[in-house]
Amino acid sequence: MAQMNMIQALNSAMDIKLGQDPSVVVLGEDVGFFGGVFRVTDGLQRKYGESRVMDTPIAEGGIIAAAIGMAVNGLRPVAEIQFADYIYPGYDQIVSELARIRYRSAGEFKAPVTVRTPCGGGIRGGQTHSQSPEALFAHVAGLRVVMPSNPHDAKGLLIAAIEDDDPVIYFEPKRIYNGPFDGDPAKPAVPWSTHPKGEVPEGHFTVPIGKAEIARSGNDLTIVTYGTMVHVSDAAAKGLGLDAEIIDVRTMVPLDADTICASVARTGRCVIVHEATRFAGFGAELSATLQENCFWNLEAPILRVAGWDTPYPHAFEWEYFPGQARVAKALKAVMEAS
Amino acid sequence: MVKKSRLHVPKTPARPGDAPDFSYLKLSPAGEIARPDAGSPWSGIRFLAEGLVRVLDDQHRAVGPWHPHLDPGELQIGLRHMLLTRAFDDRMQRIQRSGKISFYIRSYGEEAVSVAMAMALRPTDMLFPSYRNQGLHVVRGRPILDLMCQCLSNTRDMCKGRQLPVMYHWREGNIFSISGNLATQFPQAVGWAMAAAIKGEDNLAVSWIGEGSSAAADFHHALLFASVYRAPVILCVVNNQWAISTFQGHAGGERETFAARGPGYGIAGVRVDGNDFLAVHAVTQWAAERARTGAGPTLIEHVTYRAAAHSTSDDAARYRPKDDYQKFPLGDPVERLKNHLIALGEWSDARHQALVAELDEHVAGSWKEAVSFGTLTGGPSLDPGLMFQDVFAEMPEHLRRQEAEMRAELAGK
Ligand SMILES: Cc1ncc(C[n+]2csc(CCOP(=O)(O)OP(=O)(O)O)c2C)c(N)n1
Repeated sequence: MAQMNMIQALNSAMDIKLGQDPSVVVLGEDVGFFGGVFRVTDGLQRKYGESRVMDTPIAEGGIIAAAIGMAVNGLRPVAEIQFADYIYPGYDQIVSELARIRYRSAGEFKAPVTVRTPCGGGIRGGQTHSQSPEALFAHVAGLRVVMPSNPHDAKGLLIAAIEDDDPVIYFEPKRIYNGPFDGDPAKPAVPWSTHPKGEVPEGHFTVPIGKAEIARSGNDLTIVTYGTMVHVSDAAAKGLGLDAEIIDVRTMVPLDADTICASVARTGRCVIVHEATRFAGFGAELSATLQENCFWNLEAPILRVAGWDTPYPHAFEWEYFPGQARVAKALKAVMEAS
Repeated sequence: MVKKSRLHVPKTPARPGDAPDFSYLKLSPAGEIARPDAGSPWSGIRFLAEGLVRVLDDQHRAVGPWHPHLDPGELQIGLRHMLLTRAFDDRMQRIQRSGKISFYIRSYGEEAVSVAMAMALRPTDMLFPSYRNQGLHVVRGRPILDLMCQCLSNTRDMCKGRQLPVMYHWREGNIFSISGNLATQFPQAVGWAMAAAIKGEDNLAVSWIGEGSSAAADFHHALLFASVYRAPVILCVVNNQWAISTFQGHAGGERETFAARGPGYGIAGVRVDGNDFLAVHAVTQWAAERARTGAGPTLIEHVTYRAAAHSTSDDAARYRPKDDYQKFPLGDPVERLKNHLIALGEWSDARHQALVAELDEHVAGSWKEAVSFGTLTGGPSLDPGLMFQDVFAEMPEHLRRQEAEMRAELAGK
């Protein structure tokens, strides 16, 4: 085992796959010589060469399309989109092409592409460096959608994504690249070495795509969440002295409904938390799934906590961000309902 | 020997530790490139996309057919605008380092592109800038104070706290809102110009993107629509050699000039020395005349250099030689115009120093005033309720509810 932050864990995943499998290539803006603006691909070009770790033109549509073509021709590309906010020029290639190549060719062609992209706010990035667009991808048939909440899962899930024969959209919550974040920007930063999930096996391992994790078991209620909000939710529940069960969804598609529903059926109370905007967000899918499966076990309405339905505003970052106060209010409401 | 195809990876001429190398840069001597009539058909003037239009020579004289014959007063104003832009940039860079603003982008080394162009256009021409065109605001008379207040997201912020620093807009000054998403403004400018043509007005649209951004599909949408509808638009690629850490070869600059994309679409392309105030001014006038007289769009490539790091989040020493800019063969736009004015007998080192001091003082005074309207960390601040406004023309019910929730949350309820 080694101590890693999320950047190192992701780097290690790509390093291992590039080393093991000559068909793996990495491409994206500034990922080569520079090692990426968040340094996630640092050192990989030096180690594996310029035709396996490629700096690309600034053209997200081109990056995704080229990755698809490479994948159809037997490679396993890992494409980096510098910020999730810049994925939209590639959206047509993802939605109309990447997601459906297997289906429309009756399984004769496949495109095992992993698209890595940093998402989420809390870094004073304004409206174009803060978005969480996972729902836009979860809604598309044929894409696996993943978002880890810690270094251990980041590495295991990325290796699983690269080895997967289906396309994976892999979101990296950038606010927790260097350490877990409980939603309070005034507190000093905490490194991953303080967190059990900062312990990461050095070699090859996978975290299965399609499996949620019980990040913390408890009996009072269930919090269903993912990414940065796992840590914020945990702090909010602790702050209220609640014995919450926290489910880290990890994979939005395919969704591990069994684990999530089993927990809510047991506790009877549930709050769903994500950073993305609320309206038609992924929380709506979770809520509907829970209602369909756990209605007779529910003691209270399921509540959602999310970002407001506005673009991410630069000056009002912390009024926008669903921090501990917003989560705590929902937790109390769900606990007090009878 | 049998030849085989191998992946070609564009070469970056110099990395940290290497000696700067600009041998790849095709230069023409000042005055060498002919100036065809502004109404010439694009197909007969392809040479403009290959050479480099320059007016200022090594002896600081203005030479050749592109000499715009501006009077010295005009040149002094240009120098002043460039110096003010630079003084403002320097100040904001230092302020970002002190934590009072979250982010900043300088236009250091590229001031002539914005300043000379804006001066050669009419105030009614609509500008669609990138994030490195602050000189446009300076020329059009926006007080530095307003720009500072935007960077501070304070109570006088034109963006009401919603945008990152430098993402200005100015409706009254005909300068469009800056996007964080690269190249989107390029085809929008073409649409604006098409509307001007539909309405029968003779205003132009002008847009700027970096050479890195010219890789985006929106660049090609812009050129295609401009060509198909012969839109009155000037499209500029600011080739400052670098897109963050990526050398311009990766945007396609290794094979062909960026200006040559124009003839490829059937529109005029001109490659100009972007650090030569006079050449930029002259080429802009030519392209504006061309557009206004119905001869169609022009693609201008400004050859310049990004002398600063990409932004305050970037450290250029990690990917290019430290002394790269000092060795850039086209020099510094401010120095070159200054030396030209001195050569004309219309300027002196003493006047220059006095002007720099005056502008520094102006910037310092503006800053003092700007912070009185609040900073990110203290003083008066905007009402966070503003985040819910302007999402739609009228606030829908769900946002009203969310605003109330937010107010309760802030009140600790
Ligand atoms: C669509 C999109 N992709 C990526 C980015 C991230 N990004 C911001 S600036 C930049 C480099 C732009 O370089 P260039 O166009 O040459 O302009 P310069 O910064 O050199 O002026 C990149 C990749 C972005 N803002 N938008």
